[in-house]
Amino acid sequence: MTLAVVLLALFGPWLAPHAPTDMLGGVYGAPTAGAPLGHDFLGHDVLSRLLAGGLSILWMSVAAASLALIVGSALGMLAGLSRQRLDQAITWLADVWLAFPDLILVLLIVSMLGRQPWLIVLTVAIAFTPGVIRLARGSAVSVASQEFVEAAQMMGFSRTRILLREILPNVLTPLLVHFGNMLTWGIGMLSGLSFLGYGVAPPAADWGLMINENQAGLLIQPWAVLAPALLIAVFAYGTNLLAEGIARYSAGARS
Amino acid sequence: MRVELDSGADVIEHIDFSLAPGEILGLVGESGSGKTTLATALLAHARRGARINGGRVSVAGTDLLALDGEALRRARGGLIGYVAQDPALALNPAIRIGKLLLETLQAHEPGLDRAAREQRLAQTLADVGLPGEREFLRRFPHQLSGGQQQRVMLALAFVLRPKLIVLDEPTTALDVGTRAHILATVRRLCKEQGVAAVYVSHDLGVIKDLVDRVMVMYAGRIVEVASRERLFSRPGHPYTLGLLAAIPEVGRQRVLRAIAGHAPAPGQRPAGCAFAPRCPRRSAACSAIEPALQGLDGVQQVACLHPQLIAVPEEEIAPVQVVHQARTPLLELRGLNLSYDRQVLFDLSLDVHRGECLAVVGESGSGKTSLARTLAGLGDGGVGALSFDGQPLSLMARKRDAATRHRIQYIFQNPYRALNPRQSIGQCLQAPLEHFFGLKGAACRARIDAALARVALPAETAAKYPHHLSGGERQRVAIARALVCEPEVLICDEVTSALDVSVQAAILALLRELQAEGMTLVFVTHDLGVVRTIADRIVVVKDGRIIEQGGTAEVLDRPGTEYVKGLVAQAKFQR
Amino acid sequence: MPEPIRTSRLPAWLPWFIGRLGYGLLTAWVISLVVFIATQALPSDPARVILGPEAPLESILTLRQQLGLDRPILVQYFSWLAQVLRGDLGISLDSAQPVAGLLFIRFGNTLALLLGVLMVVLPLALTIGVGLALRRDSRLDRWGLATLIVLKATPGYLIAIGLVLLFSMPHFDLLPAVSLIDPDRPLWRQLDYLALPVFALSLSALPYLARLVRASMIEALDSDYVGAARLRGVPQWRLVWCHTLPNALVPAIQGVALTLRTLIGGALLAEVVFSYPGIGTLLNSAIQMRDLPLIQGAVLVITLGVVLVNLLADLLTVLLTPKLRTARRASLIQRNRRGIQSWWRRPAAKAP
Repeated sequence: MTLAVVLLALFGPWLAPHAPTDMLGGVYGAPTAGAPLGHDFLGHDVLSRLLAGGLSILWMSVAAASLALIVGSALGMLAGLSRQRLDQAITWLADVWLAFPDLILVLLIVSMLGRQPWLIVLTVAIAFTPGVIRLARGSAVSVASQEFVEAAQMMGFSRTRILLREILPNVLTPLLVHFGNMLTWGIGMLSGLSFLGYGVAPPAADWGLMINENQAGLLIQPWAVLAPALLIAVFAYGTNLLAEGIARYSAGARS
Repeated sequence: MRVELDSGADVIEHIDFSLAPGEILGLVGESGSGKTTLATALLAHARRGARINGGRVSVAGTDLLALDGEALRRARGGLIGYVAQDPALALNPAIRIGKLLLETLQAHEPGLDRAAREQRLAQTLADVGLPGEREFLRRFPHQLSGGQQQRVMLALAFVLRPKLIVLDEPTTALDVGTRAHILATVRRLCKEQGVAAVYVSHDLGVIKDLVDRVMVMYAGRIVEVASRERLFSRPGHPYTLGLLAAIPEVGRQRVLRAIAGHAPAPGQRPAGCAFAPRCPRRSAACSAIEPALQGLDGVQQVACLHPQLIAVPEEEIAPVQVVHQARTPLLELRGLNLSYDRQVLFDLSLDVHRGECLAVVGESGSGKTSLARTLAGLGDGGVGALSFDGQPLSLMARKRDAATRHRIQYIFQNPYRALNPRQSIGQCLQAPLEHFFGLKGAACRARIDAALARVALPAETAAKYPHHLSGGERQRVAIARALVCEPEVLICDEVTSALDVSVQAAILALLRELQAEGMTLVFVTHDLGVVRTIADRIVVVKDGRIIEQGGTAEVLDRPGTEYVKGLVAQAKFQR
Repeated sequence: MPEPIRTSRLPAWLPWFIGRLGYGLLTAWVISLVVFIATQALPSDPARVILGPEAPLESILTLRQQLGLDRPILVQYFSWLAQVLRGDLGISLDSAQPVAGLLFIRFGNTLALLLGVLMVVLPLALTIGVGLALRRDSRLDRWGLATLIVLKATPGYLIAIGLVLLFSMPHFDLLPAVSLIDPDRPLWRQLDYLALPVFALSLSALPYLARLVRASMIEALDSDYVGAARLRGVPQWRLVWCHTLPNALVPAIQGVALTLRTLIGGALLAEVVFSYPGIGTLLNSAIQMRDLPLIQGAVLVITLGVVLVNLLADLLTVLLTPKLRTARRASLIQRNRRGIQSWWRRPAAKAP
């Protein structure tokens, strides 16, 4: 089902019967044969906007989560292995960063610098990074204290090799689980941003934005709000299931 | 009093025994033999995923397995006490010990008034040898030493005056000295109060001076029950004989006999006698019929088709090793000082000669492992001069050049953590070959096969992952990983302490063979029996300083310091 | 090693706490720096925002001078910091009122909201977590977990919108869907406005905490000390309430501190959905107005609040863990605290 939502988000723009910005019906027009989900606050076709609006949230959440994963795990594993000044510095930075509620951090930066998509992705990734650092560091410390890592150090293998070959495979599972969780949060945060009006700029279509725009007409034309909300929920649930699945699979494999 | 259990499942089966008041029964078996399962089953408890499905445990006329709810709760503790393996884990870290004792007493005897309670507590604390002051009772478990913690566990069991006490390896986590005191306390309490005890242990040596009778378990079955004297002098089952022959002794040097193979896991036990595949006396009938426990005479029962009463071969004395006094030592360490948070090693000097086996002996916390790690180049924060084969050598492995690095190899204590769980054995052995010698493909493959053959593992092992292997096999892989580097010195840090006795004997034999082929060994251990078996020379470390050194026989037979005398005496008490 | 029983009057954890306090202050300073850089040092001109794009250059320059924006950036920072330390957060550009006063009222409202959420969530999470842990692997446990996962996946503001939708329907207006709090009446007289936002936020915070409690309860129930106590015949209720729960509570405290971060983000969205006059709606409108002093003040207050809560959570953890409370060396506490914080993500030990 989540797969269906992802496919819909990916290929929706081509399937849409109308352009997302065409005015076709009355304001909050009721569903008709031509527009099964009715019309929104300006008279756009809800279905078309729905089909067009998924792509942005999809690529932005995946990009933000991936970026945070890569940067965070590199820093975190480095800290976990070095266990000295570098470790203290990285951990402390992550701690400070964690004091900013992530949505507020993102809001602050976006409101000051603008709402270009790459900037939003970057700030969301920055907000996620300290969590990844802490997780990666914690796992790496428990792996690095095991003797096989010392054995590798004694053989004189390079630090990069130890990080990639000895430590990474052993900390990958919790990181992947975290990646799934970050996707879920990312969707929540990105759609929340659009909902507040700081995400994708109107008149472009976006699920979070659609909820915001049509909130006032909730009672007259509930579909304009309900449909994107439902899709966001299903999408978030799917990424979450992915995370839970990875966690359960690895727990099963270990025992 | 009669205890009887006949549990189904595969973990333990056909268990049948009884105990008299005041009698202490030793329950001996190696890891996976089901001895801990049996111990908790006596309290009608099975761990998650296991289930007691049949049998009877009766203590003083009460059938525990038939009880449930409130009655079972009262029987646990009141009728049968339990002392767990590791007191550091078995005492609740958030509860003061006084409150813990009081709670236990109130849960079972709510009728006692305040004065009677205090009196009982004071009495019990005195019995187990703990101070009874209020200040002491206000402590948390982590504020006590290991020995004191285990005494608290004993007090928790004895304060309720049970009829039977089950002790599950209560001394494994303790130092040798503390261990002897705890054992003496247990024996005195049982005899004084007429409490029967089941003492579970993996080590025959530990129970030698404690128990009245011994019950040996193998693969979930009882294979032999005998009085203590009879079992140690004339065991009837080949497995018991094998165990006894594998125990190293402090008093004399003798060849250790390992038992080939390893114990089958639950669910993989062969038909017929479970021990048959490893048994020297095996006949065709052994793999068809499962032998029942049969009485030989009044004091001995054996579950074997071919019981023979054979004394443990004692006459074998291993050939005394010639100590090679080469011109210059192979490894020379001068004035080593090492500190982490505090200083651990003080001005320590040491020579290792080519071809010898040097044992570094000490209690936990003496600094012996730090010393070994420094030799291997893993000691951060050390200052001192080290030379190898006449050439100066850095204390940090990172700063040594590859040509000398591969000549000194280190084998870790815990084989479960020494191998990367995500690498196959083949990958694990291949990495150093590529790194040191640039070998690839077939040449590499041949070296790996040779190394596996050298440590007596089949070539197919290369495709397996560490979690497929038993502890002994993993330790062999760790040795193979060291061997592919073509080392001249092997530093072994307690390499057998995580292994069963029969497996330990095999690993020690392997190390001896390697030494005979010219390898130099530095063997770190706390076990003087192992030292006697393998070492040519001994260095005794205490509080970061060497307090005695010399030839093995010389140091162990005529110790020069009170400390070493004490160590040897305690080790002999155990054996 | 047996430690000597402490004789001094000072608690053993005091040195650690002083160190931790210093750490918190340092964090607070870095936060002030970040907030300042993000608002004032980045390329955006408050003067132009206030006066509008058509304003003549001279008046912009005059305003810049009035606001002190033409001074060197370091001077700006230090004068701002000095002001903040005196409790003066500046004057709101939009409403021309002191920021501190504006924040004070709104902050109280948000605090009431968060307290309400904690009061609902904590008992609920404890009950659910303990209940599921005790009936581990039963049908109830599986269904409970599945429900929690669905709740966890749904973004909090969607729950809020759903509630608004539900309660604004005719025949179902039991509770006000929009929080039109009358600022002249005390808040506790208008608790019905609080009900829906609290409920929505509680639903989104519950899954994480309930699962955390469940996991740590299971870990404690499986521990050797609970096993030993059970075999000693300690009654079941004592096992749960005296042996297991105190040990399982410690990770939950750290969990609450960690949730708070997300909860504040969630509160912002929920406040907007319900038009609740808290610090979130204030920040939202301030950002839309580009009301610089107000943004600075709001972000600073929120983050300092998070730092304070983390400090309290650490202190509580140390006080509730005898081993840490009586530890002599500060470094020991530091190490163990780290261990506690990440324990539920630690891979299981690979020992035999």
